[in-house]
Amino acid sequence: MSKMYYRELYCGTPVRYWAGMALLGTIVAIALGAAFYMEHNGHWVTGMSNQIVWGLPHVFAIFLIVAASGALNVASIGSVFGGPMYKPLGRFSSLLAIGLLAGGLVVLLLDLGRPDRLIIAMTYYNFKSIFAWNIILYSGFFAIVGLYLWAMMDRKANRYYRPIGFAAFFWRLALTTGTGSIFGFLVAREAYDAAIMAPMFIIMSFSYGLAFFIITLIAAYMWGDRELGDLRLARLKNLLGVFVGAVLYFALVFNLTNLYVTQHHGVESFILLNGGVYTAMFWIGQVLIGGVIPLFLIYSPAFDKARWAIAAASMMVLIGGFFQIYVIVIGGQAFPMSVFPGKEVLESSFYDGTVGAYAPSLPEMLLGIGGIAIAMTMVAVGARMFKVFPESLEDPGESA
Amino acid sequence: MSVKNDQPDMNRRKFVGTTVAAAGAVVVAPGVLLHTVAGADPESQGASAKHRWGMLIDANKCAEGCSACVDACNSEHGLTGHGRPATDAQWIRAVKLKDNSTGHINRLVMMCQHCEHPPCVDVCPTGASFKRTDGIVLVDRHICIGCRYCMMACPYKARSFVHEDLEDQSVNAPRGKGCVEGCTMCVHRIDRGETVTACQEACHDTGHGAIVFGDLKDPDSEISQALKSQNSRQIRADLKLNTGVRYSNL
Repeated sequence: MSKMYYRELYCGTPVRYWAGMALLGTIVAIALGAAFYMEHNGHWVTGMSNQIVWGLPHVFAIFLIVAASGALNVASIGSVFGGPMYKPLGRFSSLLAIGLLAGGLVVLLLDLGRPDRLIIAMTYYNFKSIFAWNIILYSGFFAIVGLYLWAMMDRKANRYYRPIGFAAFFWRLALTTGTGSIFGFLVAREAYDAAIMAPMFIIMSFSYGLAFFIITLIAAYMWGDRELGDLRLARLKNLLGVFVGAVLYFALVFNLTNLYVTQHHGVESFILLNGGVYTAMFWIGQVLIGGVIPLFLIYSPAFDKARWAIAAASMMVLIGGFFQIYVIVIGGQAFPMSVFPGKEVLESSFYDGTVGAYAPSLPEMLLGIGGIAIAMTMVAVGARMFKVFPESLEDPGESA
Repeated sequence: MSVKNDQPDMNRRKFVGTTVAAAGAVVVAPGVLLHTVAGADPESQGASAKHRWGMLIDANKCAEGCSACVDACNSEHGLTGHGRPATDAQWIRAVKLKDNSTGHINRLVMMCQHCEHPPCVDVCPTGASFKRTDGIVLVDRHICIGCRYCMMACPYKARSFVHEDLEDQSVNAPRGKGCVEGCTMCVHRIDRGETVTACQEACHDTGHGAIVFGDLKDPDSEISQALKSQNSRQIRADLKLNTGVRYSNL
């Protein structure tokens, strides 16, 4: 194999790069405007209420945060598990992980009731709160992945490469455990309160993160007019197939366990049978679009090396993953909390016993999309400033 | 002529010592004085673990169509709605229930249950949700960041998020847009030495007397006597949160 050269991302003409940046910048500006609108008026202008307290911004934020830790996997495979085909992708993997986490956190922050109190969130800790732990895990993730990137790029730091690689790998497992436990530790709501949430979020992160990685890798190499070999993409594609299958498996175990427990029959029939939009999102969004079709695209011999099929499969994994988080976050809240077990609520001014109504509003949607744009902007700026992308990722043996 | 001497100058040392002591006294004394004066005021003595404030609600006495306690709570704490029930704050609410197997119909009021082990306090990232030593669960509006995790965690749907601008606030309960809030057990009254909450007072005035409020740790209090003499239960007792609010005839 010829020596790997890394080079900053130049997209042929400056116009091509800056037009892309202008587009991303516009989306980010709109998102900031939407956040200002929501904060200025208060959350009543959103679809959220005292019944559905976490709405679309949380779906976007959790989706991006989960994907962020997964995006780091490619780097981990290169350093922790010693995969030579993955090693040249490590830098980009780390940069993408940082970008996605930043995008998710901006959305989460701007959806707080008091985003101006960020400094309080950073200085007042209740160590029994998994949320507080997450703040530490997120900050630490930036630091460790930043060091990891440095160890990969600076030859003088090369001796730290493996230990930092290990640290980053364990940190990302802790981070996703923390994210899953936000729900796993919620005893009050029947849709949550399950230890399997943490490992399920980890496997979800493997899948979403890799899908994000594949799409952005293909896009960046098209944008920068660089060579991307089929062999490496095929490896990534096969790995994605395993992760998609694993996500389906975890969904199956999670729901089967709940189906066994009589107490949880209500919430299960809500998600699986009669939950209206949430049932549709589960079966059509999560299972069909996010699982079955991508598996077909990935493993069918008909699409062996078809790049569009790999891109389409990755995109569908992301769409399905988005629905999966939507069903968990919003479906889980919409199902009425069992405040009075064994009783039917005849009257309540606070919507006890009724399915929570939630329709996402436009500003929430714009803020969430802005989070993705922030992630992509950071990646584009980072790739332009640092030597992140190999000049060519052509298959070994093709070059002289 | 100077005397070469490596012994320290005792006079100087003494002077420095006296000065520091005097300066220290000047700095500390007013604080001590103020603290003593402030401590003399019952309103600032703070909560005491000698009490645990609680309520007993008799579901049989909670009358159909009555909203006296809800109205009293709203006016006591300045909870003015905007005609948007999904987002307006509700600290106390009436709920009508029918037993699934027997068909028995009940009515009761729900509010923060002031748990001994409150899930909202466990999950709050900043410690804004906290429990006083006298058992009252509150939100510190100065450090609440509005993440709403406590609302996800509360098994009683007892909390509200302030969804819009506030006007005409009551001095009894300063509120904040973008923060979470809930029943304070009229902590402003308790800290003044009163032992009657707004909801209990209103319920009593209508003649229903469905709410008894008092000190669970005082064996002679009305609530302790009532809990001793009749059967009562906690809502979602399975969660073992040891609520401060109990229900009878439910």
